Amino acid sequence: MPIGDVLPEISLTLGAVAIVLFASFVRQRQHHWAAVLALLAIGLGAGLTVAQWGGAPRLTFADVWALDGVALASKLVVLVAGALVVAMSPEWMRTDRRHGEYYALVLFALLGVIMMASASDTMELVLGVLLSSVASYPLAAYHRGWAPALEAGMKYFLIGALTNALLTIGVVVLFGLTGSTGYPDIAQALATDSDRLALTIATACVVLGLTFKLAAFPAHAWMPDVAQGSPVPSAAFLTVIPKIGAAVALARFVSLLPPDVAWRAIVASISVATMTLGNVAALRQTDVRRLLGWSSVSQSGYALMAIVVLGISDQALPALVFFLASYAIANLAAFAVVTHLRGRTALDDYRGLARHAPIAATILIVSLLSLVGIPPLVGFFGKLMLFRVTLEGGYAWLALVAVINTVVSLFYYLRIVAPMMFGSRQSAVHLLSGQWARSAMAVAGVLLIAGGLGAEALSLFTGSIRFAL
Amino acid sequence: MILTAALGLPMLGALALAVSSRWTETAARRCAIAVSVLPVLLLIWAWRQFDPQGALFQFVEEVPWVPSLGMGYRLGVDGIALAVATMSALVFSASIAYPVDTKHQPRQYYAWMLFLQSVSLGVFLALDLLLFYVFFDLSLVGMFFLIGRWGHGQAQLAAFKFFLYTFCGSLLLLLAIIGLYLSVEPHTFDMRVLIEQQPLAGAGMTAALVFLALMLGFAIKTPMVPVHTWLPQAHVDAPGPVSAILAGVLLKMGTYGIIRIPFAMMAETFSRHALVIALFAVASILYGAFVALGQRNLKRRIAYTSINHMGYTVLGIAVAGALIQDTGYARELALVGATVEMVAHGLITGALFLICGSFWQRTEEYDLDSYGGLLRQAPWLTAFAVLASFASLGLPGLAGFVAEFHIFAGTFGVYPWLAVIGVLGILVTAALFLQMLQKVFFGAMPERWAQFEDLRPIEWGVLAVLSAGFVIIGVAPAFLLTLVEASATLLVGGR
Repeated sequence: MPIGDVLPEISLTLGAVAIVLFASFVRQRQHHWAAVLALLAIGLGAGLTVAQWGGAPRLTFADVWALDGVALASKLVVLVAGALVVAMSPEWMRTDRRHGEYYALVLFALLGVIMMASASDTMELVLGVLLSSVASYPLAAYHRGWAPALEAGMKYFLIGALTNALLTIGVVVLFGLTGSTGYPDIAQALATDSDRLALTIATACVVLGLTFKLAAFPAHAWMPDVAQGSPVPSAAFLTVIPKIGAAVALARFVSLLPPDVAWRAIVASISVATMTLGNVAALRQTDVRRLLGWSSVSQSGYALMAIVVLGISDQALPALVFFLASYAIANLAAFAVVTHLRGRTALDDYRGLARHAPIAATILIVSLLSLVGIPPLVGFFGKLMLFRVTLEGGYAWLALVAVINTVVSLFYYLRIVAPMMFGSRQSAVHLLSGQWARSAMAVAGVLLIAGGLGAEALSLFTGSIRFAL
Repeated sequence: MILTAALGLPMLGALALAVSSRWTETAARRCAIAVSVLPVLLLIWAWRQFDPQGALFQFVEEVPWVPSLGMGYRLGVDGIALAVATMSALVFSASIAYPVDTKHQPRQYYAWMLFLQSVSLGVFLALDLLLFYVFFDLSLVGMFFLIGRWGHGQAQLAAFKFFLYTFCGSLLLLLAIIGLYLSVEPHTFDMRVLIEQQPLAGAGMTAALVFLALMLGFAIKTPMVPVHTWLPQAHVDAPGPVSAILAGVLLKMGTYGIIRIPFAMMAETFSRHALVIALFAVASILYGAFVALGQRNLKRRIAYTSINHMGYTVLGIAVAGALIQDTGYARELALVGATVEMVAHGLITGALFLICGSFWQRTEEYDLDSYGGLLRQAPWLTAFAVLASFASLGLPGLAGFVAEFHIFAGTFGVYPWLAVIGVLGILVTAALFLQMLQKVFFGAMPERWAQFEDLRPIEWGVLAVLSAGFVIIGVAPAFLLTLVEASATLLVGGR
């Protein structure tokens, strides 16, 4: 068995196990050391992933596990994002009785997302989706004494159960159709004539199952509740990281399909519906976390644009991963600021923040501008690459829809920025004491600008990635 | 390095003001004024070094930024860019030096002003399409915070409207820029390559769409009728110096962009649609003039004259781009006129909006009917207002005349009937400025203005510098014309 090919995943698993043991035997006051353990495991995983970089794209473990540029690049993005989430958590979770186990769940959820991104087999994909879901439900409802968190977790769970079942049905139908679960065999079987109706049903089920993890229309409804009600570090995790794995998994899956399934039209319409719905729903929100949740829905819509032109534009996959990375940095920065501000969520509470907490306010403003795509922040280059591949692929109308949506989104992001800059406040601003959240926020803020000025590094890193298949 | 220094120094100044909270109001102000003058000096120096017989773009600097995307930090100027950039730097220094109520945040105010100066100069100095876009967008961000924080009336609403409306234009621009980028092999954002290769010539539908997106984007910024509606409110609610920058510098980004991108890079497509653009320009000229005549609000009136004047500029560019046989000289005249109009309008309207700022500081009142007879009370203010108004309505001997003369002389050679209609705009402008002067400065003075102060030394000093600019261009325009003609000849293909 080529154990060496999954060393990063093994390091995450061992890290999670170690954390569970650690948390069982150490007093609660010392549980923040579990965060250090988690960071070590993630760092080790990232190091091992970098060591795998540069080889030719290939499949391993009897062709169920992809080891190609896309998988490695998205794995790195997921790990870096996971490290930021871990870093913003300790002070938030300090008073929780089960503080330490939180990090084990984060690592398991990361592992599930990585499996989604690397799966080259439908069963493997189901496994990844289920692992990340099962680990994510408790993350969403971690404060079990607080009703909104429970509600968010329950909503997340119900929608997840439904869509995961759909995903499994799709996989079963596909298995019945092709007699195989491995992607290479499926691609081969579909290239010859097969039952188009069954294939359409299977495709619809799999795509629906993945829209849940993407928080794309029609399975997006959990996102605003989770963003608003879950613990803020969990919300940061759930608005960002599952999306990365799901987008790559979706891209990998649709690239198998023969052209007459019209999957481009399906993905394009989901993209349009998702970005429009997310933006329109965000317009009137007066709750910042909920607003960020809706904005996160709309960002999934943008990401899908790259999948639409997959195979037409040779830069589609680099654009997808680049955009996801830029989105991850910006959204994590925004949530890190909210964590640092002790989760304050009403828009009115942000009034006059620029004068009382200038650094936090600056990072929040910069992250929102990056989500809009104002240059030279990293979000601008993400959107630039998306527009570029969409135009190159001949989907100018889709780019135009995205442009209109971007203008709409500017409106609600400015609704957060304006009171922070132009308003004034009397009361003091309460911040989380301690350095964890503050450092996570600062690192994310620096990445926003450094990622833009150093876009070349990110672009070289993603520039030549492609699927092994 | 001159150009990098010209846009880098204000940025450093802005950073210095932004990071430390220990600046006192006077220190912040002095520092900002000193830093903002440096780009003016640097650009004047570049002007003296500029070789009118040389290549189109000079002082070129190139550092790779994102080479895998074909993007670089490329700077360089031709005569047109240099003239507009120098004017912009000067208007910025004047606006920064002009006294204003900084609402207890002097450090932030001056930091944003310097930031805006840096990115605005970047727009005019960039030789890379994407870099151009970066600066173009950043200027919106700076303007948003300046209007929203230091404006009056419904400042936040005005700032929102400004940002959303113009951001819509700039995203269209982004799509068009990507379209241009994809049309050239190997893909690049280098303006020189795109100007040389004219990649979309004969590309049919694609070319038309890219052209439409470009022109819409720039028309919103310029602004041209019918996409001008963001302008009046942004102007009225912005503080005086910020209005001066908005009218003097930011509007120029639209017309400068038209010259730099669709005019230069898509000459064939441009010539096919030149007449349509010229018609819209004439519509802007007349509409701006007549609506301005109907305004009772001092600042709104001047804001609408901006639409009128930018209409002249666009008319000049449209005429210059009409590839009609044997009209080379006329087209060159029109392009020179358009550039001079940009410079002249920046200086003149900058001065007029600063004067509006002085009114607001003293009275918080823009209603024309509430004024009267201020000549006796404030002779200096009257003198500068009269001078700037006469320059704006195109009195011979002042800069506006030089510009409009060139534009209409060129237009007569290409579209004579449009010139005849367009000249009507000048008549209306004359009427509206004379009426404004009469209402504010002559007649009986209402009691409430008995305490009205005349200009303070710093105010008239700043206005004197700007006025000197448009008087010199009016009396001895040769220094500006040589510079602009050098590039205009190359651009219309005369050399």
